[in-house]
Amino acid sequence: MVEAVPADSRRQSLWGDAWQRLKHSRAAIVAAALLLLVCALALVGPWLSAYTVEQVDWTQATLATPPSLASGHWFGTDANGRDLFVRVWIGTRMSLLVAVLATIVSVVIGVAWGATAGYLGGRVDGWMMRFVDVLYALPYMFFVIILTVVFGRSLVLIFLAIGAVGWLTMARIVRGQALALRQREFVEAAIALGLPPATIIARHIVPNVLGTVIVYATLTVPQVILFESFLSFLGLGVQEPLTSLGRLVAEGALEMESSPWLLLVPSAVLASVLLCLNFLGDGLRDALDPRQRR
Amino acid sequence: MTAGPLLQVRDLAVDFSTSQGEVQAVSGVSFDVRAGECLAVVGESGSGKTQVLMACLGLLASNGTTRGSVQFAGRELIGANERLLNTVRGTGIGLLSQDPLSSLTPHLRIETLLTEGLLDRGLASRDEAHERALRALAEVEIPEPQARLRQYPHELSGGMRQRVALAAALMCGPQLLFADEPTTALDVSVQARVLKLLAGVRDRGVGVLIITHDLGVVAGLADRVAVMYSGRIVETATTDELFSAPRHPYTAALLAAVPRLHGVAQSRLVGIPGDPPQPSARSPGCAFAPRCDRAVERCGDSRPELTPSAGVNPCMTAQGDSIAARAVPLAAVACHRPLQDRAEIA
Amino acid sequence: MSTRLPLLQVERVSVRYALRGAGLLAPARTLDALSDVSIAIRAGGRLGVVGESGSGKSTLARVVLGLVRAQAGRVVWEGGTVNYDDATAMRSLRRELQVVFQDPFGSLDPRMTAGQVVGEALQALAGPVASVAAQDRIRAALAEVGLASAFANRYPHEMSGGQCQRVAIARAIVARPRLLVCDEAVSALDVSVQAQIVNLLHELSERYQMSLLFISHNLAVVRHLCDDVAVLCQGRVVEQGSRDAIFNHPREAYTQALLAAVPDPDPVLQRARIASARNALKAGR
Repeated sequence: MVEAVPADSRRQSLWGDAWQRLKHSRAAIVAAALLLLVCALALVGPWLSAYTVEQVDWTQATLATPPSLASGHWFGTDANGRDLFVRVWIGTRMSLLVAVLATIVSVVIGVAWGATAGYLGGRVDGWMMRFVDVLYALPYMFFVIILTVVFGRSLVLIFLAIGAVGWLTMARIVRGQALALRQREFVEAAIALGLPPATIIARHIVPNVLGTVIVYATLTVPQVILFESFLSFLGLGVQEPLTSLGRLVAEGALEMESSPWLLLVPSAVLASVLLCLNFLGDGLRDALDPRQRR
Repeated sequence: MTAGPLLQVRDLAVDFSTSQGEVQAVSGVSFDVRAGECLAVVGESGSGKTQVLMACLGLLASNGTTRGSVQFAGRELIGANERLLNTVRGTGIGLLSQDPLSSLTPHLRIETLLTEGLLDRGLASRDEAHERALRALAEVEIPEPQARLRQYPHELSGGMRQRVALAAALMCGPQLLFADEPTTALDVSVQARVLKLLAGVRDRGVGVLIITHDLGVVAGLADRVAVMYSGRIVETATTDELFSAPRHPYTAALLAAVPRLHGVAQSRLVGIPGDPPQPSARSPGCAFAPRCDRAVERCGDSRPELTPSAGVNPCMTAQGDSIAARAVPLAAVACHRPLQDRAEIA
Repeated sequence: MSTRLPLLQVERVSVRYALRGAGLLAPARTLDALSDVSIAIRAGGRLGVVGESGSGKSTLARVVLGLVRAQAGRVVWEGGTVNYDDATAMRSLRRELQVVFQDPFGSLDPRMTAGQVVGEALQALAGPVASVAAQDRIRAALAEVGLASAFANRYPHEMSGGQCQRVAIARAIVARPRLLVCDEAVSALDVSVQAQIVNLLHELSERYQMSLLFISHNLAVVRHLCDDVAVLCQGRVVEQGSRDAIFNHPREAYTQALLAAVPDPDPVLQRARIASARNALKAGR
């Protein structure tokens, strides 16, 4: 008795299913579109303008000029006469780069740690999560500052430091999911097949936590950007002539009264990026929610 | 019975708007429930039986719409505002759900769960409500009722929880009880007790509408049965008639597929090939045709309507002057080639 | 009954769970899931283990599979004690001993297709198989459980409960086990589909002389499928015997009460039983 395959089946993987649901969330789609626009501008923006990131424009009446279409400085110039449009997009590039790389580092470490702890359970889980708790309790800002002072201000160091801090929350979240997945029958079936724990974690646990991981990753990126901005504010972040959104905001804050555009423009870009990432994260969470699947 | 039916459902239809389009969960369902009588609505997954219950009480999910008429004691429930529905829920119609662990609020004591309906509506003082709660627990045969009132749901066994849920559903003296798969999650010995209690409730004059997939439960408790398939009623009959001489091929196949404790133990059960259809897949013809061994071409083209079974008592006329006074036959079948007599059912 | 050695024997197995919530000072509360349980299954035989919730029947299945360790007693396979800690011995045992669980959707990884699910089992149990031969064996396994080869690319959420359970069965039998443990394998299925799966299990058991350890709370299904029955109550074996002995001549009061409590889908029979019970009560007075 061989069953026929029903003709009206609409074949769709779970990711396709989630993508359909994501398309329904207008906020998420708008946010994603806006983010894409920002990324595109961050890539090509500096070439659109006639100026470069370091070029000082002596031709204007004052060094710091407000935004104007006529002068070619669409966002104006900063206190040193450098074009703000170019600097903002260079800064966005830097912020996004740091954020994405740091998030990748925290995802990789966090997922591996959390999935292993959650799957193994018992005492191993206890020790692994106590380790996370201890790290949580330490003042990370303190560590980052010490690291920066000891190793100098390199870009690599910054995103390693941020990633090294960000993985803690990811580990906790993944551990909770792994703990729940451990009880599911398909994991028991895999154990009954005699598969080793590493294989089960890699093949069955990790792919099934990816939904949650993606959502939290999109919500981590804003945190990382803010953290990096804070470091820049303290003077510990990205160094001249490179700049980041955080640095721009810091510098703009100093000139707030005389040249408000120096604060407003980078803040607006930063706020938009953060808002879009949050909306996208919300939309992804709804789309990937396993309970809404059937 | 000279009084009209307590519950009159006519042409009930439930649609859900999902990301895949409109899904018809229920269509064209009509039945009556009278006082002191138990009607069982039987079906497998995707038949829409639970949605019928939810629609009557206005408990559908937010993306569901109902059409048709549901009249309870002369009042129309479909499209009624929340105030009217709230006067009906609890005092008019009680609800007993499948899983007592989720239907009893975990952080409230049993006493609160039992008396909140009465106290919120101001139907009794605190002392009166306490007394009535004690009596209700005694009626469902819960030992040491005084001690139980102080306990929380998780401290009771599954069977006791379901009996408490039954007591809670009956607290405000409803005329009608809706039971949604009340014994599915229970052990078989506990199930027997709860079914006995439900029979007692029916014998006291309360009308009972029970939704179930278990034909054994139906055989022991129900007076009349409506069999649902793919959102429609395909057969209605009295319990004895349904089990001894089913008219619809699906009913007959279902009865053949159920394993029995008595009679010859065949090693091979008679399954129905294929799967119960999903609500999103509605065909123009009879929904059971792909799985039916009596199907002819006509079955795939046109959907059979529910017609009264020949040779059975004609329909009872319903009292009342509302538009829903159109009578519903006591026995009917929706099939182009129904099983005519006992000889055909092997 | 056969005079040969039984295929699987469970000898005086006890399992005790430590309950959480015990503080540092309070003694740990324990739950005896199984106490001194012994059962035996012969080659090609079908043993039904019935009981209500808390009877320990699922724990018994898990002990046999090695998912739970017993504190006392042993499991004997073909005359030799099973050492669940010995990895090499377990690898060959797992080929012979497989399982089908209750929840058809829960027992399949939602992110793997049916073909991948069966393929994973094939690789794990039968050792490295060339991919062409593997595809053939996967298709053959799916066909054996009544699924067209197109199902190999389907995900669990695209299939019905019955189809998912067939995939789970295909996964379990792809390496031709000698014993299949069915832990409430048909309990989550619709009646019409349940009958199909029960027939499938019977057919596979007959065709490959595969023994079944069928755990269920549904006495009627067990009566149809199994030759021998063991009744568990609160971790102990109350009664054991052939199907005829248990269902037609139950000795223990618990078994009799259990059988009497099952509602038969026959209203005439149920009324007769209630009437005779009432008469017995009256006569007793």
